[in-house]
Amino acid sequence: MILVALVGFVGCSAWSIFYSFTASKALPKERFVGFKQYDRLFNSSRWQVSVENIAVYGVCSLIFSISIGFLLAVALDKKIRFENTFRTIFLYPFALSFIVTGLVWQWLLNADFGVAQVVRDIGFSNFEMNILSNRDYAIYAIVIAGLWQGTGFVMALMLAGLRSVDQDIWNASRIDGIPSWQTYLFIVIPMMKPVFITTLVIIASGIVKVFDLVVALTAGGPGGASELPAKYVYDYMFMRGNLGQALAASTVMLSTVLIILIPWAYLEFSRKRENSK
Amino acid sequence: MSDQQVSVQNIGPNGPKPSRVISLGNVLLYGSLGITALIWLLPLYVMIVTSLKGLPEVRLGNVLSLPIEVTFEPWVKAWDSACTGLNCEGLKMGFWNSVQILVPSTVISIAISSMNGYLLSFWKFKGSEILFTILLFGAFIPYQVMLYPLVIILRELGLFSSLSGIVLIHTMFGMPILTLLFRNYFSSVPEELFKAARVDGAGYWRIYFEIMLPMSLPIFVVAIILQVTGIWNDFLLGVIYAGTINFPMTVQLNNIVNSTQGVKEYNVNMAATLLTAALPLAVYFISGKLFVRGIAAGAVKG
Amino acid sequence: MSSVVISDLSLNFGTVEILKSLNLTVDEGEFVVLLGPSGCGKSTLLNCIAGLLDVTKGQIFINDKNVTWEEPKDRGIGMVFQSYALYPQMNVEKNLSFGLRVAGVPKNEIRKRVDRAAEILQIEPLLKRKPVALSGGQRQRVAIGRALVRDVDVYLFDEPLSNLDAKLRTDLRVELKRLHQRLGNTMIYVTHDQIEALTLADRIAVMKDGLIQQFDTPHGIYHKPVNRFVADFIGSPGMNFLSGALKNNDGQWSFIAEGVEIHLNGYEFSRTAQAGQSIELGLRPEHIQLDNAGRRQTINMQVEVEHVEPMGADIMLWTKIAEHNLTVRTDSESKVIVGDRVTISFNPKRASLFDEGGCRL
Repeated sequence: MILVALVGFVGCSAWSIFYSFTASKALPKERFVGFKQYDRLFNSSRWQVSVENIAVYGVCSLIFSISIGFLLAVALDKKIRFENTFRTIFLYPFALSFIVTGLVWQWLLNADFGVAQVVRDIGFSNFEMNILSNRDYAIYAIVIAGLWQGTGFVMALMLAGLRSVDQDIWNASRIDGIPSWQTYLFIVIPMMKPVFITTLVIIASGIVKVFDLVVALTAGGPGGASELPAKYVYDYMFMRGNLGQALAASTVMLSTVLIILIPWAYLEFSRKRENSK
Repeated sequence: MSDQQVSVQNIGPNGPKPSRVISLGNVLLYGSLGITALIWLLPLYVMIVTSLKGLPEVRLGNVLSLPIEVTFEPWVKAWDSACTGLNCEGLKMGFWNSVQILVPSTVISIAISSMNGYLLSFWKFKGSEILFTILLFGAFIPYQVMLYPLVIILRELGLFSSLSGIVLIHTMFGMPILTLLFRNYFSSVPEELFKAARVDGAGYWRIYFEIMLPMSLPIFVVAIILQVTGIWNDFLLGVIYAGTINFPMTVQLNNIVNSTQGVKEYNVNMAATLLTAALPLAVYFISGKLFVRGIAAGAVKG
Repeated sequence: MSSVVISDLSLNFGTVEILKSLNLTVDEGEFVVLLGPSGCGKSTLLNCIAGLLDVTKGQIFINDKNVTWEEPKDRGIGMVFQSYALYPQMNVEKNLSFGLRVAGVPKNEIRKRVDRAAEILQIEPLLKRKPVALSGGQRQRVAIGRALVRDVDVYLFDEPLSNLDAKLRTDLRVELKRLHQRLGNTMIYVTHDQIEALTLADRIAVMKDGLIQQFDTPHGIYHKPVNRFVADFIGSPGMNFLSGALKNNDGQWSFIAEGVEIHLNGYEFSRTAQAGQSIELGLRPEHIQLDNAGRRQTINMQVEVEHVEPMGADIMLWTKIAEHNLTVRTDSESKVIVGDRVTISFNPKRASLFDEGGCRL
């Protein structure tokens, strides 16, 4: 049974890759055109915007979700009261669909009634914030929504990692007189390296796939300014009837994921072999 | 029971260290956590508050203001008569569609994956590690690469744009993670248990149904949580493979909000969002710690 | 001058009393062992001395300074943990020097201390290795080294040998003793292993349920246990206990039970006893002679051997007296077999009598 599924996975991917080299339009055509689709792809401004956007989204997501997630985990690890409550609060967005997240933030960032209006009502009557119609900053709306959704998850992973550090290490550093922040920096974080790496890989592969969020929050707008690769693929595949382009784009996406995954898998593999010696 | 005689010096510190509850450290800690928590709750609050206002009130106030007059009309409208682009029957169709997609997909994918995971847990053949790596890749792979071929396959099977089609798709995509989840779990069950059962004369499948299954209830719950959240919240697969009459709630939600012409009924939109979010949120709040275990398990694969 | 003084120390976790008003004085340069079964509070007491746990009541003095409210780093202690707790990402040298660097100790002083510790513990060739590349015994030495470089007066050990296999434990035990002789520092050591306690300690504090049962030299603990618990805990194989009553015949005390009378001439009573009092007679298997001549011993009895256990260095004979099991230790060359009737004898001076409450008479 699994073999069937596996064949399915590998087979479909292979199919897609193959046909990305063809001149397929609305329907797959067998006419082989070499790298022409990729040429068009990389030259298309829409694709370039997508790539730029995903770079921005990716870098911001990684940096902020890991740092904020880690800090939240550190805070929760300190045996505070209401730990469960806090954790529930930070993690609930993860249970929501990206569509829900996108729509809520679309409402929150609404220039007329959203947060901008709140600020105006407080007293800054000239405050304007029209991020969703701003070509340069629309992508950051997606970043914010994505962070809200995903940071709780990073926090949960980091918390698990923190908790796996032996209490005696903390005792030893206390006796050695090492201040708390230095213990975190020089001892605990290095000990948590595997957790950081796993988190990085998971977030990174999630970043490539962002689709629902864009559709709901900005629909790729304004005017394609917040376009992202996954949406590009969808549009060309089903809306614009240009299969070749779509497949080329999806192959690029796949390669990106593989570039992240393969070194990680290799690392995990060799680490396992080390541990079982 | 003798103790030592001791010259007790009664001067100086005695007992627990004096610690002030209101210390700078604590203020910063709880303060920043509190503020962050409020930011996190903001969207939920806004959703609820907006969905309980009448439309004029929505326009008059801002997103944070409480409703002066609480009304459930937006909820009714969202459920019953909002326009989803297809018809103006509200979300209720979408809800039932989602349920119809969810239940078979979850049941089938978990049933198959658990059996696969069970088999894989003691079948250590050469290349099994490679198999797992491929499974892992399967879990991470961007769907985009497989979208079109799957369209073709489903069309050939006559299942495109049908309920069975989307169920099949979800089952397929769920298998890598779930199989790994179950396999890891069954591997951690002590081998002695299995051996004792074999000595007692039980066959592989008997052991599975009568011993392993009852024992592994927690991991099944985790798997269910993973699938329910993942499938209910899905959009991409639903919009492609389910067919317009079978659109899940998420697709209909997006249609309601983003493709209405004319007056935007923000309150109805928010009510609709809440309705769509209701099920996974309920699962989340009820399952609590298990949910965390689920994503941690889903995350820490291999 | 006393090195460590515990005064009326109590610790509660919520409503549970873990340590109950403990008093203890450790002399300078003394090696004190806290011994007891799991849950008796010995590790908790050590953690309180270290400052890792806050006490509920009482005071702690180290070198005459009241450290009850001091942070661990300011108490003048070094500690070695059961799990060694070495910083995994640093090599041995860094592990030893990290605390000193953070404290701002000058580089050449750090170098001096690290080299001295490495020389004492013979870990010089390991300095550049990481903990994962060390064996259990080596890790333990590094852990001790980390405490040594702190240049303090008092060292605390929390079951440091428990994670090692038996042979290594024996070797390292000897090294620890040598270390103490060389350094002369005060050492407080927690263990549940009585052999470690007996071999290492100048004095042992036997603990149970948060109370110190007896604080005495190994000799005192072994020969004159102050209550039944201590008597039972120390000694392997364990002491024999026979329950019965005291009888007084014109000033001669004897033990009676189930038709057996054992004279107790020569027993050193620590307080007044009453005739007819219910007591338990404690006899260690190694204090009972299998002796047909019965010359120097004063008590002779005939028993039947029910069971024979050869244990390599000696043989344990299982017999019965007055419906109680009595184990007798004898030489491994003995030819005694099951069913033999043998004469046993012992010196009442070596016996222990316990009253109904378990306290020594």
